[in-house]
Amino acid sequence: MNTIILSEKDIARAINRISHEILERNKGAENIALIGIRTRGVTFSNRLQKKINCFENTEVAIGALDITLYRDDLGVGLQKPELKKTEITFGLEGKHVILCDDVLFTGRTIRAAIDALIDFGRPASVQLAVLIDRGHRELPIRPDYVGKNIPTPKSKRVQVFLKEIDDEDKVIIQGQGK
Amino acid sequence: MTQTTTLSPRNIISMENLTADDIDTILDTADSFKEISTRAIKKVPTLRGRTIINLFFEPSTRTRTSFEIAGKRLSADVINISGAASSTVKGESLIDTVKNLEAMNPDILVVRHNCSGAPALITQYINRPIINAGDGTHEHPSQSLLDLLTIREHKGDLKGLKVTIVGDITHSRVARSNICAMQTMGMTVKLVAPPPLLPAGIEQLGVEVCHDLAKGIKDADVIMILRIQLERQNQGLLSSLREYSNYFCLTEEHLSNVNSDTLIIHPGPVNRGIEISLDVMEGSRSLILNQVTNGVAIRMALFYLLLGESDANSN
Repeated sequence: MNTIILSEKDIARAINRISHEILERNKGAENIALIGIRTRGVTFSNRLQKKINCFENTEVAIGALDITLYRDDLGVGLQKPELKKTEITFGLEGKHVILCDDVLFTGRTIRAAIDALIDFGRPASVQLAVLIDRGHRELPIRPDYVGKNIPTPKSKRVQVFLKEIDDEDKVIIQGQGK
Repeated sequence: MTQTTTLSPRNIISMENLTADDIDTILDTADSFKEISTRAIKKVPTLRGRTIINLFFEPSTRTRTSFEIAGKRLSADVINISGAASSTVKGESLIDTVKNLEAMNPDILVVRHNCSGAPALITQYINRPIINAGDGTHEHPSQSLLDLLTIREHKGDLKGLKVTIVGDITHSRVARSNICAMQTMGMTVKLVAPPPLLPAGIEQLGVEVCHDLAKGIKDADVIMILRIQLERQNQGLLSSLREYSNYFCLTEEHLSNVNSDTLIIHPGPVNRGIEISLDVMEGSRSLILNQVTNGVAIRMALFYLLLGESDANSN
């Protein structure tokens, strides 16, 4: 059973709103940097950047983070997560970093991402933007910007499709159970 | 969901055991690891609490340091043991030495030995992943992998490239690993050397053989120069180093007759002026130091891909 919970238009509106919220909270685009978590967090951050650039007529710094090397579940078996590139070409010192990911679930990915970020320098602050917050946190982590809160049973799977990767924009819930 | 990768062999002994997919996986992983070495803080926590033992029975600067740095940048604990400082000088056998090391629960062993086949032998006695860091005149897989990464970075794709390997093929484990790996990746290999430095029947490996340097490198995309192994030249194979140099030293003059985008690589250490002239070595086509940089990334990738079964140590 697949249920569509966000359509293409819903996603576009959420990204518009989050872009405004980021600007409102940080009083403009000065000193902010967007960092997307691979894979779909990067797409999400690219779209936010486009909006913010357009609203403020500026060029916001952007980077991509692969958190594989910081995971807490490596070492089980020989199947290794495919390692992709981390690209952060600017200093984080004094920057307000907005971490971007598609789905916030246990919070373990974000824990790994924060650890990775700190290895690059000392940002002025780290904020978190997610397209979907589905609950079930296992660590004390909360998002600052949320596209949509979707209370879900743990057994179900939330999947985000973004055009740049998946040819269409939508968010669905998969699976049985409650 | 996250894509996963895995290597088919558990040990890295010979390039023969690696498929083209395995090699692609290692090169792609290494490519992602390169960025870590450019950070101010060159360390990730991935292998925290893991132990790597470098067991070197032969002298080495580059390879040993490279494996050590690779392990440390992944936060593993790295122990270096050199042959001269180990109990083997008291008469302990190789197998007893590694069994004792295994009893201290390392997660991986990196072995260099002057006897061909020593790392393969060790795999029969201990239950840990082994990386061959060069065994006698047999193979040097991590060198071959870093060569391939360096070539791929500059040429984009490995398939169809023409490589000419020049020098002491008989004694070269680098040549043997590369002949095998390059053919796996769809490259063609030509060998250039005086007859005494070519093993009889080497053509059976599917390589072309040539005794003239200028002819041999004519349409090469990559020229790999090998070191004349001075420590192995007491067998009367060459009448003199100067004579070798006259015929086989790669100079600027040779390069004026090859493609302008031909790359020059050399596994090091270099005998300046014997197998390669100073200006070629330091010229713009020479990737010798890029190879060394890539070596760290390749070894990080090997550790990352091989170290998985923390549970495999339990009985």
